Amino acid sequence: FAGLADVSIAEDIPVEGEITVPVGSRSPDEDYSTLDEPVRDTIMRDLKAVGKKFVHVMYPKKSSALLRDWDLWGPLVLCVSLALMLQGGSADSKDDGGPQFAEVFVIIWFGAVVITLNSKLLGGTISFFQSLCVLGYCVLPLTVAMLVCRLVLLAGSGTISFIIRLIVVVAMFGWSTLASTAFLADSQPPNRKALVVYPIFLFYFVISWMILTFTPQ
Amino acid sequence: MATVDDLKFQEFDDAANLLAANPDATTISIDEPTEIPKNQHGRLQEPGREEDDELLGTDDSDKTELLAGQKKSAPFWTFEYYQTFFDVDTYQVLDRIKGSVFPVPGKNFVRLYIRSNPDLYGPFWICATLVFTIAVSGNLSNFFIHLGKPTYHYVPEFRKVSIAATTIYAYAWLVPLALWGFLVWRNSKVMNIVSYSFLEIVCVYGYSLFIYIPTAILWIIPQNMVRWVLMMFSLCLSGSVLVMTFWPAVRDDNRRIALVTVGTIVLLHALLAVGCLAYFFDAPELDFPVPVSPDHNGTTVIIES
Repeated sequence: FAGLADVSIAEDIPVEGEITVPVGSRSPDEDYSTLDEPVRDTIMRDLKAVGKKFVHVMYPKKSSALLRDWDLWGPLVLCVSLALMLQGGSADSKDDGGPQFAEVFVIIWFGAVVITLNSKLLGGTISFFQSLCVLGYCVLPLTVAMLVCRLVLLAGSGTISFIIRLIVVVAMFGWSTLASTAFLADSQPPNRKALVVYPIFLFYFVISWMILTFTPQ
Repeated sequence: MATVDDLKFQEFDDAANLLAANPDATTISIDEPTEIPKNQHGRLQEPGREEDDELLGTDDSDKTELLAGQKKSAPFWTFEYYQTFFDVDTYQVLDRIKGSVFPVPGKNFVRLYIRSNPDLYGPFWICATLVFTIAVSGNLSNFFIHLGKPTYHYVPEFRKVSIAATTIYAYAWLVPLALWGFLVWRNSKVMNIVSYSFLEIVCVYGYSLFIYIPTAILWIIPQNMVRWVLMMFSLCLSGSVLVMTFWPAVRDDNRRIALVTVGTIVLLHALLAVGCLAYFFDAPELDFPVPVSPDHNGTTVIIES
């Protein structure tokens, strides 16, 4: 106990403060009960969370906001809008044109599930829904690309419009892949990162291909 | 004093050899724990016999199976059981792909690369990549072939993706199943045949399909001769991987059955390649018939002056 004798507080510094733990003396209005709040507050809170995640995808930094509070609203909205914009198969040609709504929907969700299973089987530490959330949110740049492509196709469908569409789709594909890799790569074992990133690359490549080859009727 | 044996090229488990030669030496092992049990069945033969041993694997097939059984001990309804099929690193997958593209004559793909650690990552994602590569390349090649013709309207042909997926996944899983069943049946009749587990056969088939991915990309070139040369080349490469894997397994059997088995393997492989080329890629230089035939109803105008 010799060393402890040196640890002492000088007598000229007064020690003061409260040691009591404040027992809940809050009024009932401050309780964390969301049952009594107006509906508008509930909806706005979720909308703000989704919007914040969109911003995180567009400017991917290594923040954990996407991972911590995952939700699947954003991916659902993106998937439905992308599938709505992509459907355009004509029923009268023998080899139908583009993918139908159900095909796009299934490809996106089934693809995301398979990639998540793949990364978990390879030893990733991310949870199932977190990974689905990230993969779904990172479809946002490609949805923007689809919107741009449709607008460009309204103006014309010649070679110049194709080149513009190609550049936009390639840029957004790169953005999507980089964004999702930035969020997902850290949770993988270090010597298997390429094995996890490659299926993500393939997934966004297939979606980009569907966007690029979209031809209106 | 180095003996002649020491100067020869040793296989990768020479740690076991050296340890057998000098049991008192201190060893530091930095490998993963799962690597050590596999290497401890020390190879004490001379290096000359190692090639035969690799091809036949009769000496250590029980030991490797026993050790493989030690690895996969989780019950099949848990997630960890399936994780054992994905226990590969990036460099291992790349090595296996390299081994399927550059087959070394005399070396068995299963013994050399898989070594009782079959994975499902390679077969699954190589098949997925092949499906999309064939669909995209077929679409692109048709676009370039028909470009400029006034009656052509581009369609993305999305139906073909599902057809390609069904075909390739059925080939990569049903043919190994049939082959495995056949080998097990022959094994019960004739002893001393090397037998592979079902996953090892799936692994070999999956990795042997890798060569078709660059081939499918190169099939965009709209020349018949180029396409057939490419197909022969890739068929030879991947077919040789399959033949060198399965020949040691059937060569102790009745000569005719062995030849028929190996022939069927190669034939199915060739059928897959030819079928994909014929269905997804239109024939190049296919001219739409221009109506130049004279009308029989005589629309000639005779100008009579």
